[in-house]
Amino acid sequence: MTKTGAQILWECLEREGVTHVFGYPGGAILPAYDALKHSKIHHVLVRHEQGATHMADGYARASGQVGVAVATSGPGATNMVTGIATAMLDSSPVVCITGQVGSKLIGSDAFQETDITGITLPITKHNYLVTRADELARTLREAFYVARSGRPGPVLVDITKDAQQSSCEFDWDAAKPQLPGYRPDLSPAPKEYEQALELIHNSKRPVILLGHGAIVSGATHEVRDLAERAGIPVALTLLGLGALPASHPLNLGMMGMHGEAWVNHTIQEADLLIALGMRFDDRVTGTLKTYAPNAKKIHVEIDPAEINKNVKVDVALVGDLREVLHEILPKVESIDRSEWLHFIDGLRGDSAVRDIQNLPDSGHLYAAHVINDLWRETRGSSAVVVTDVGQHQMWEAQYYKHEEPRSLITSGGLGTMGFALPAAIGAKVARPEAEVWVVVGDGGFQMTMCELATVVQENLKINIAIINNGFLGMVRQWQEFFYERNYQATPLLNPDFAKVAAAYGIRNATVTQRSQVVPAVQSARQHDGPVLINFQVEQEDTVYPMVAAGAALHEMIRRPSPIVETAADE
Amino acid sequence: MLNTFVVYVENKPGVLTRVASLFRRRAFNIDSLTVGRTEKPQVSRMTITVDADRDQARRIEANLYKLVNVLLVENITTAPAIMRDLAMIKVAATHEARSHVLELASVFRARVVDVAPESLIIEITGGEDKIDGLLEVLRPYGVLEMVRTGIVAMRRGNKPSAALSSPEAEEQIMTDDDLSQSV
Ligand SMILES: Cc1cc2nc3c(=O)[nH]c(=O)nc-3n(C[C@H](O)[C@H](O)[C@H](O)COP(=O)(O)OP(=O)(O)OC[C@H]3O[C@@H](n4cnc5c(N)ncnc54)[C@H](O)[C@@H]3O)c2cc1C
Ligand SMILES: Cc1ncc(C[n+]2csc(CCOP(=O)(O)OP(=O)(O)O)c2C)c(N)n1
Ligand SMILES: [Mg+2]
Repeated sequence: MTKTGAQILWECLEREGVTHVFGYPGGAILPAYDALKHSKIHHVLVRHEQGATHMADGYARASGQVGVAVATSGPGATNMVTGIATAMLDSSPVVCITGQVGSKLIGSDAFQETDITGITLPITKHNYLVTRADELARTLREAFYVARSGRPGPVLVDITKDAQQSSCEFDWDAAKPQLPGYRPDLSPAPKEYEQALELIHNSKRPVILLGHGAIVSGATHEVRDLAERAGIPVALTLLGLGALPASHPLNLGMMGMHGEAWVNHTIQEADLLIALGMRFDDRVTGTLKTYAPNAKKIHVEIDPAEINKNVKVDVALVGDLREVLHEILPKVESIDRSEWLHFIDGLRGDSAVRDIQNLPDSGHLYAAHVINDLWRETRGSSAVVVTDVGQHQMWEAQYYKHEEPRSLITSGGLGTMGFALPAAIGAKVARPEAEVWVVVGDGGFQMTMCELATVVQENLKINIAIINNGFLGMVRQWQEFFYERNYQATPLLNPDFAKVAAAYGIRNATVTQRSQVVPAVQSARQHDGPVLINFQVEQEDTVYPMVAAGAALHEMIRRPSPIVETAADE
Repeated sequence: MLNTFVVYVENKPGVLTRVASLFRRRAFNIDSLTVGRTEKPQVSRMTITVDADRDQARRIEANLYKLVNVLLVENITTAPAIMRDLAMIKVAATHEARSHVLELASVFRARVVDVAPESLIIEITGGEDKIDGLLEVLRPYGVLEMVRTGIVAMRRGNKPSAALSSPEAEEQIMTDDDLSQSV
């Protein structure tokens, strides 16, 4: 059948299973928008294209399905850059569609022409410039396939205006992807499996390092099987949180820069690290010179380019984590490691979580208390928490106990402030039945708070907790430790966030006392529309423990004079 | 150590940029890069030489494979292979010097391709060392201009670059043992 490029675009998206796109129109993408009225796809009008990409990203992370963002050429496309880079560093499957000037004008500095495929070359998994309607179907099929297969990532498809306008024969079946060089499905050799098993069986002090790849791969059950069968404790990366329930006895919690000291000590004492779908980020390892010096290393990873990139490993199993574990599990012997587990338990007393939980309620509101109360209130509800970047992000990771995969959505690799609100919109659109909480700093919230309008327009029940400390807190913390408390450019002049919410017609509250936290959370949960709570917390509070950049993993800055009195851990 | 990669890529616009951008982004230093057509119209072939140790070389290979348009990568650094560079050297050759220069050219089996009253253009093909050698001895006469193509390379023997033609070859792309990452 003959169709225009614009019609082909929406039809291909529908056939790829797309139900929602996040976008913003403009001249070069207008033909596509014109054809939208005949499509079943729901278009969410955003307020800034960066928001559209974060929404697509949040949609993808919440659901495992490809998220789609749409923008016009020039400024529309360049506004997407931050969102694309965010998705790239965290391996999130996103397809971005941009309009481009007419193919005859390319290279002429035409109005709103930018070379967006050139600009996004290093921050996309792959990208395309489509100048003819008859290339569109195959390109879109390839784009979705590349975005979601192997190590997922963002793919951008730039479509010239004339390619949207002109017509051609449309035949979905004939437009099969042609990717002769693309091989997303590698698998390890038999001898590599044997070597891995031998290391596991000979190890007395093994630790599993569990990462985001376990969630991407859908391997959480298999990971749990492995840990239980072989009695191996599990430390998680920030992006791995939720891949093993926090309440599982073998779950140690988060490792790395702001992980619990004893988790990092455990890693340093280990004789074997089994890295599953994690990439040894520098926030995870500290200085590599002294990283896990006595440990052999096994790396299960889908991307061969990650092997030996940061940490030299003894055995690499390159392939999909779930498939690799299926191969290994039947051959794993159950081994008694109680001595090692006892040793780790001995380290646990030294805990930052306990430090803060034991801080007396002296009229101060600590962010950690807010998060901890939020966790208690939402326990068992499978809530999705979407965090921004900064101190509040780390407190969330420390004090909110994630029991399920995809229950924490956060920007880890790029650390993009402004991510949380739009990503939460995407998550809520993907999973309308889920309870969604935004945990965001007063700084980052102001980067994308224009999307409050999108929340209202789409009538989304999202709860927003602003952790308002009057500072760019994480940067202030670095100034405190490393720049002699020279607080240049970190104190914030903020609007009254409650009034901002009110201006959008969003229910709001301001909380200044610990005693008000639980009632505020409860009333937010009961309200059936969006709610914003402005938590005015202690201004100069610090995230402990901390491995300074470039320090060894076990050399952690600790909270001065921790309170020693004990209280229940929960 | 100088590594030589032969990289087969889809013959599509922008692929050279993707490869060059990868080397820039990952801070790998390209010593030379050549690209040209192959026996198959849809495939281009690059020869890339890079200064890298063993681990870096593996990472380069793995990163090249991440580019969707890259079909096959061979690190032929230690394989028996023919490597050729072509240079044209314009050298000052006045009356007295001319016969010396011609003699040197013939010792190196280079060809004189242009003769002007004050200069000669010498064309030479060979390994990098041979060309460096000729340059060295010509320098005292005055090298006015020089251009080199960069290395092109081909594995000796009958392991075909047709690695790309048959279905079994497709298999071979996937299972190329260079891909095994364990150490
Ligand atoms: C302020 C701040 C502080 C931070 N502090 C910490 C900290 O203390 N601790 C911490 O852990 N992080 C911290 N981070 C996050 C950190 O920067 C990294 O983003 C994070 O450690 C990466 O986790 P990951 O390797 O599990 O996930 P990713 O970076 O997403 O890597 C996932 C890996 O899994 C692989 N993979 C994907 N799919 C599969 C599959 N199917 N099978 C097998 N493998 C697969 C991918 O190829 C990739 O290598 C911090 C970030 C910020 C912004
Ligand atoms: C877009 C962007 N710009 C700058 C930074 C550097 N940065 C990291 S954390 C941080 C402070 C965040 O402040 P706020 O949002 O108030 O959160 P807090 O740390 O106070 O919880 C900054 C500026 C960043 N991560 N992202
Ligand atoms: Mg703040």
